[in-house]
Formats: sequence, structure tokens, C-alpha cells
Amino acid sequence: MNKSRSLNLSVAFFVIPFMAIYLIFQIYPLFQAVFASFFNWDLLTSGKKFIGFKNYSKMFTDPIFWRSFLNTLQFVVYSTPLLIATGLLFAILFNGTGSRKGTFRTVFFAPYVFSVSVTTLIWGFMFNPQKGLLGAFSRILGAEPIYWLTDPHFAMAAIIICTLWWTVGFNMVLFLAGLQDIDPSLYEASALEGAGAWQNFIHITLPGLRRTLELVTVLQIIASFQIFGQVYILTKGGPGGTTRVLIQYIYETGFRDYALGYASAMAFVLFVAMFLVSMLQLTFAEEKA
Amino acid sequence: MKTKRQLLVVITSLLAVIWILPVYWMVVMAVTPNTLLKLNSTALWPQGLTFENFLGVLQIGLTMRWFYNSLVVTVMATVLTLLLQSMAGYAFAKMKFAARKTLYSLTLAGLMVPKEALFIPLFLMFAKVNGHNTYAALYLPRVAIPLGVFIMVQFFRGIPDSVTEAAEIDGASPVRAFFNIILPMSLPALTSLGIFTYILTWNDYLWPLVSATRKEMFTITTGLASLQGNFAQASELGSLMARGVIAGFPLLVLFLIFQKHLIRGISMSSGGK
Repeated sequence: MNKSRSLNLSVAFFVIPFMAIYLIFQIYPLFQAVFASFFNWDLLTSGKKFIGFKNYSKMFTDPIFWRSFLNTLQFVVYSTPLLIATGLLFAILFNGTGSRKGTFRTVFFAPYVFSVSVTTLIWGFMFNPQKGLLGAFSRILGAEPIYWLTDPHFAMAAIIICTLWWTVGFNMVLFLAGLQDIDPSLYEASALEGAGAWQNFIHITLPGLRRTLELVTVLQIIASFQIFGQVYILTKGGPGGTTRVLIQYIYETGFRDYALGYASAMAFVLFVAMFLVSMLQLTFAEEKA
Repeated sequence: MKTKRQLLVVITSLLAVIWILPVYWMVVMAVTPNTLLKLNSTALWPQGLTFENFLGVLQIGLTMRWFYNSLVVTVMATVLTLLLQSMAGYAFAKMKFAARKTLYSLTLAGLMVPKEALFIPLFLMFAKVNGHNTYAALYLPRVAIPLGVFIMVQFFRGIPDSVTEAAEIDGASPVRAFFNIILPMSLPALTSLGIFTYILTWNDYLWPLVSATRKEMFTITTGLASLQGNFAQASELGSLMARGVIAGFPLLVLFLIFQKHLIRGISMSSGGK
């Protein structure tokens, strides 16, 4: 009796501090977001008026919402395969012992530790046709420099290049962890049969990395959906709205137009979209079990 | 076969140079006088060496204040995450109580909540209590992200029950056993979680942008962003790059020191080992 009471007390001591913060700052805001999405909620006057599903129906006819949604989708569709394939390639190339491979791993991962504003500071100038290295390089080759950030044909590509440089190391690390789980004797056996590197990749590495591939894909799609900083600092969504992404539009709706109800509704739609992607991972996991 | 190998080394080395070059170029500009950069900013070797740009950061503008803000917020977030999330993780992994499964599932559910989907309701909550432009507003939402609980549960589950039971006998109460025996044993996992949390918090952008709107309360990440895109920067390129170096290099050094721990932290966070 006494013992179980003291156990309960210590459980409370261990669990309550974190659970309190978690419920207040992670779970409650989710409900708050849904709640706010049914109101016309003005940040300036803090006036709120119940309007039912009007914020949601407004979304369907709001061309900037659709544009931002499609831009985000475009970023997800282009960046995800690129970031996964490059991360996988780096992991396979630099897996193993030896100081040279270790140095390569350090180099390709290092940009990940920079903040988005350090990354955009560097790449904002890299892409600058007059002041930047890319422009200088084009001039050496005798070509016209590309106006990466102000040409609508190149702006999204510039964002993707900068994101690749910045975050591919994270995927590389996840793939490297996955590679450690592949039984090395499989490669030894296939070496005896005289298999080449490509055959090893197709028949041993890829199947062995199946779980990691699924995980990285889901994490990458979720991360790409949340793109904001690179775009907001580098192009402000321009030129002509060609790079405006969903989070940026939500941010502008809430804090430039002060329409918090509408912003909440869009945030909730984004949340549901990403939640469905995470559910995909669970389905993958269950399929396996 | 051998030439194929050498070719691969050449190609990967070239790639590595491309990866380093942008950062190297930032450093070159940071030690070049502003007047020279106006004429030519694409030199790969400093055209004239100066530390004026760095001295200027100490004297002019709010950069050092932002750096201090980031330090306070990041240290608070990291310490609280390590302490509270390892305590909760220990209870979920090693203590038997009725609501354990329910509470742990509820905690794991939080991993599915994308961070950037919550900034509007969080903004409303802090506005209600007049809590914006404070340090607590910047670090509390970060402490609520349950990734560390998940990492620590995996780690504690790896410790045999006989060890934790023996610790409780020696330490009398579970609380004392945890702090005197279990936590010191957990140093490797705590280091991994700590360095990962530190880097993620230092680099938070959207939430500080929304919550800390007074210039003196910017973090180094939002502060450095606020200096970009304003066209006066073009004449002060060297000063701007010096600020980039000051914002980025402390983390680069931390990464080089704790590289193994950080990489293990990332692997653990994905449910691997």
C-alpha cells in the first residue's frame, strides 16, 4: 500500500512536468487551430465572429492559395527524389572506414548545421549575377549569367539547389545508419559469384535499405511540405508569386493581413495533408509485419 | 579497375570542393574590406586582409545582442529537454503504472504533428497572456516537441531491468536512483539528444519570426535574416558576411567536436540505432 503510493508519487514527479508542457504547447494548439478556423478572427481588433466553414470554402476559390499550394507541390515533387537519390549516393560512396571517407562525410553533412539565414546569406550572393560566384563562372565560360532569383524560370530551381546543398547530409546520415544493418556476408557471397557493383546495389543494397528508404521518403516529403525560410528570405515568394509556398501564404495571411481564422484553416489543411503522408509510413510498416 | 577508382576519387573530391566553396567564399568576403568588395566580390583569395568587419559586428548593430538571445533560448531549451524528456522517458520505459501505455501513445502521436503547422495557435496562446517577446515564449514550444522522449525510451529499454532494480535498492527512492545512477549511465544518449536539440533550436526560424517581433528580442537566426534583402547591404558586403560567420561558425565548431554524437542522435531519432 505504502510502496505503491510512493511509486505513484515518483511516477507523477517523472511524468507530469513534461506532460504538462507537452499538452499545453503541442496538443492544445492543435485543437485551438481547428477552433480558430471556424471564426473570422482579426488580429488587430482581436474581434472574432463564428462563420462556420466559410474559411474552408474560401480556400477553394482563392487563387493565391491554389498557386501557393501548387508551388509547394512542385517543390516537393522535384526536391524529394533529388534529395533522396543524392543522399543515397553519398551514403554508398562514403560508407565504411578510412579517414578519407570520414572527411567526405563531414564535408557533405556540415551545411546542415547552419541556420536557414546563414544558408540564404551565402546562396543569395552565390546566385547574384553580378556579385556571385555562379555569375563569375558563367562569364569565364563566356556565357550570360543567369538571373537565378529574379527569373521565373530559374527561381524555384535556385531554391532547390540551395536546399540540396543545405540538407542532403541529413538523408546521407539516415542511409548510412541503414547500411550498417545490411549483413556484410551478403556482399562477400556475391563477390565469390563475381557480381559487380551495380548488381550488388540492385540485389543487396536496395532491398536491404527498404525500410530506410520508406522512412527517408516520408520524412523528406514532410520536410519539403514545410518549406518556408529559404523562399521567404531569398525571393519573398517572387518573381510574380512563382515561388510563394503555403507556409509563406499562411504567414502573410496571419501577420500581414491579420486574418488569423483564415490562416488557421489553411494551417489545418496543411496539417491534414502531412498527417496523411505520415500515415503512409505506418501502412508501409504494417505491410511488413 | 584502378583507374576507375582514381576517377571516382577525383570526382568526389571535386564535389567536396563545390560543397565547401560557398562557405569558404563567405569567410573570404568577411575578411575583405568593404570598399574592395564593391569593385570585386568574386575573388577566391582575400584582396586585402582586415578584421574591421568583425570589430564592426561587436560595435555596430544588434548582432551580439541577438547572439546572446540565441544562447539563452538554446541553452534553456536544451537543458529542459534533456531533464524533462529523460525523466518522462524513464517512467515510460522502466516504471509500471496504469496510464503508461496511454500516455506514451499520446506522446508518440505528437511526433506526427508537423512543427510549422502550429505557429498560428501558439501565437494566439502567447498573445493572450502577453507572453511574446520573452525568452520563455521562444523555448517552451521547443521543449514540448516529444522527439527526446522517444529517443530516451529506446535508450532506457536497452538497460536490463536488473540494473535499474539494483539502482533503486541502492538509491532507496526511484527519484534518487534516477539522478544518482541512471542519468550518469545515460551520458552518451543525453549528449546525442543534447547536441541535436541545440542545433535545431539555434536554427529555429518561423516561430521566433512570429513571436519575437521587437528588434532587441530577435535571435541570431531571425536577426541575420532581417539584414538580408535590404539593399543597403550591398555596400557593406564584408560586414554582412562577418555576421554570417559569427552566426554559423559556433555551430560548425560544435558539430566538429560532437560529430559522432550528433550523427548517432539523428540515427536514433529515426528509430534506427
